[in-house]
Amino acid sequence: MPEANTETVATSPEAVAQHLAASRYLADDSLATAIFLAIRLGKPLLLEGAPGVGKTEAAKAIAGLLGRDLVRLQCYEGIDAAHALYEWNYQRQLLAIRHAGEHEIDIYDDRFLIARPLLQVLKAPRQRVLLVDEIDRSDHEFEALLLEFLSDFQISIPERGTIRAEAQPIVILTSNRTRELAEALRRRCVYHWIGYPDAEREAAIIMLRAGEVAEATARAVAAAVRTIRARPLAKPPGIAEAVEWANAATILEKGGSPWPEAFRRAIGVLIKDEEDLSYIATELGRIVEEALA
Amino acid sequence: MSRPSDPRKRGEESLPRAAAPLLGFCRLLRSYSFAIAPEQVSSFMQAVTLLGPRSMTDIREAALATLAPPPDRREEFEVHFQSHFYGNASAVVEGDADEETRITDDGGADDERIEAEQRQEGGELSSALEQLSVRDFQRDDDRLSGFRRQLSSALPARRSFRTVRTHSRGKLDLRRSLREIVSADGDVPSPLLRRRQTVPRKFLILIDVSGSMKLHTSDYLKLAHAAVQGADRAEIFTFGTRLTRITTALRIRDRDQALARAAAQVDDWDGGTRMGPTLLAFLSVPRFSSFARGAAVVILSDALERGDHAELETAMRRLSARAFRLSLATPLAGDPRFQPATAALRAILPVLDDLVDGSSMSSLTDFILSLARPAPRAATIWKRVS
Repeated sequence: MPEANTETVATSPEAVAQHLAASRYLADDSLATAIFLAIRLGKPLLLEGAPGVGKTEAAKAIAGLLGRDLVRLQCYEGIDAAHALYEWNYQRQLLAIRHAGEHEIDIYDDRFLIARPLLQVLKAPRQRVLLVDEIDRSDHEFEALLLEFLSDFQISIPERGTIRAEAQPIVILTSNRTRELAEALRRRCVYHWIGYPDAEREAAIIMLRAGEVAEATARAVAAAVRTIRARPLAKPPGIAEAVEWANAATILEKGGSPWPEAFRRAIGVLIKDEEDLSYIATELGRIVEEALA
Repeated sequence: MSRPSDPRKRGEESLPRAAAPLLGFCRLLRSYSFAIAPEQVSSFMQAVTLLGPRSMTDIREAALATLAPPPDRREEFEVHFQSHFYGNASAVVEGDADEETRITDDGGADDERIEAEQRQEGGELSSALEQLSVRDFQRDDDRLSGFRRQLSSALPARRSFRTVRTHSRGKLDLRRSLREIVSADGDVPSPLLRRRQTVPRKFLILIDVSGSMKLHTSDYLKLAHAAVQGADRAEIFTFGTRLTRITTALRIRDRDQALARAAAQVDDWDGGTRMGPTLLAFLSVPRFSSFARGAAVVILSDALERGDHAELETAMRRLSARAFRLSLATPLAGDPRFQPATAALRAILPVLDDLVDGSSMSSLTDFILSLARPAPRAATIWKRVS
C-alpha cells in the first residue's frame, strides 16, 4: 500500500505542489519538480539555501505528503557512526551476562541494539523518511560514511551481518552551504537551491502559517521584509521570522498600537542582532510606511 | 545481450534522436568546466522522460535538479541553457565565463610585461644586489617548506567530539571493554580507555592586495599557498576593492601553477582599499563568516583605511567575536619607530589579539607558528611600548 502511495501522490510536479499546499507548505514550481524527481528517480534530495528559507519545513511537508514518519538526524561537528548508525547498549549487555550466569546468552540480540536514525529508516523504509539536517556542519569523514549509506542503503554490523533496506528509502539532505559538500555527494542527489520567495508567495506563506493575520498585513510584511533583506545585514531575516513578525504586529495592534507603530515595536522578532537593529532603526519607519502604502 | 557488439554503436542505436540535444547540452557544460558525472547525465535523461517533457521549462528544471550547477554559477548556467536550446548565440558572448577570461587574459599579459621590464632593469644593473635578493629568495623557499611541514602541528587546537583509544588519562571505553570481556569469558581484564581527540582549529588568512601593499602581496601569496598545503582546513581570501576566495586555486600542489590560477581569479590587484566594506561583505556571506568561527584569523594588511573607519571597526569587532584569535600583521610594523597611531589602527587595537610585524617572511612564519602559544593582547603590548 505505501508503495502505491508514492505512485499516486507523485504523478506530476503539479500534483506534488498541491499535496504540499495541503500540508501547509507552498513550493514553487522548480522545488515541486525537484521533489517529484527525487521521489520518482529514487534519489536523495539535496536542499541548499540560506538559513530560514524553509529547508527543514520542506522535509517535514514531504513526509506529511507521503504519510510517513520523519526521522531527523541533526548533524554537528564530530558526529560519528555511533550517533548516526547504531550502538550497543553495553550496560544492559553486561547486566545480561551477569544475570544469565551459567546459561547461554546472545548478547548481540535485538534488544541490546540501539538503532540510530539511519538504521531506523533502513528497517522500515516504507514508513519513514530520513532527514539529514545541516550536513555542512558535520565533517568530511561523516560525509564519506553517508555516501556509502546513500549508494547502497545497507549497514554492516560486524556482530550481526549486513542489514539491507527492502525498498529504496526517501532521503532528504539539507545544507546551509557553510562549506562546500563533496562532489560525490552532490552528484548522487537531486539538487535544489531554495532562495527567498518573491513578495507575493511570501505573503501567501505568511497567510498560511500565521494565525489571524489580515491579507493587507501579510502583504505589507512581505514587502517590508523584502526591502530589509536587500540591506547589508549580518543576519537577513528568514521566512519564519517574517511570519513571527506578522503575528507579533497583529497581536500588538489588537492590544491598541496603531499600525506603523505596531510593526516598529515588534521588530525584535524579525531582527535578532543588536548591530542590525541599530542599522535598520533609522530607516525602519520609511520602509514600513512604503510597504503599507 | 548474447551477441557481442561495439558498445558505442549499441548505445547510439538505443538512444532516440530527440535525446541528442540533451547529451549535447551536457557536453557543452563540461566544456565550460562544470563538473558533470556520467551518472548525472543519465539521471537528467530519466528526469526529462519522467516529466514528459511538456515544455522547455521542464527540461530546464530537470537540468537544474539533476546536473546541480553550483549556486554561484547559476547565471552562467542559464546563459548556456538559453544559447543551447534556443540558439541564442549572442547570450554566450555576454556570458560570465567569457567576461572573466577576458579580464584574466589582459591581466596575465600585463603581468608578463611588467616582469619583462623588471628583468631588463636587472640586466642593466646586474649587480651584487640582485644576487643577494636571489639568495634571499632561496632562503625564503626553505623557510616556507619548513613552515608547511610544521604548520598543522603548530596551529591552535581544540577538543573534538570524537574520541581516540588511549592507554592513560581517559574515560572507560565500554564498547571495546565489553568485547574483551566476552572474549575472556566474563573475566575483566584491564579496562580499555578512550579520550577526546584534539584537532587543529581552522586557519583563515585575509590578504590585502591593494596598491599600498604591492611590495608584499607576492610573498603573502606564497605564504598562503604553503598554508593551504600544510594545514588541514585553511581558507584564503584576498581583498582590495572586492573580496575573492582563492583557496581552491591554492590547493594545486605546484606553486607556480597555483599562484597563476589565483592571480587570474583576483581582479582588484593594486587598486584602492575598502577594507571595512569588504570585510563586512565577508561577514555577510554565511558560508564565509562561518570559516571565521573558532578559527585563527590572520589579516595581512597595513590597515590604511581612508576616510571613515567606522565600518572597519564594526567589521573587526564582529570578526573578533567569531574568531578564536584575531591577528593583524602589518608591514609598517617592520619599522622600529612604528606606533599604532592612525585613527583606524587606534580604533581597532582593542579588539585585536595581536598586532605584529608583517614586513618579512621570517617574522610572519615565526608568528604564525607561535599562534598556539598564549600571548598578551595587542593593546597591552603596544601600550607598554608607547
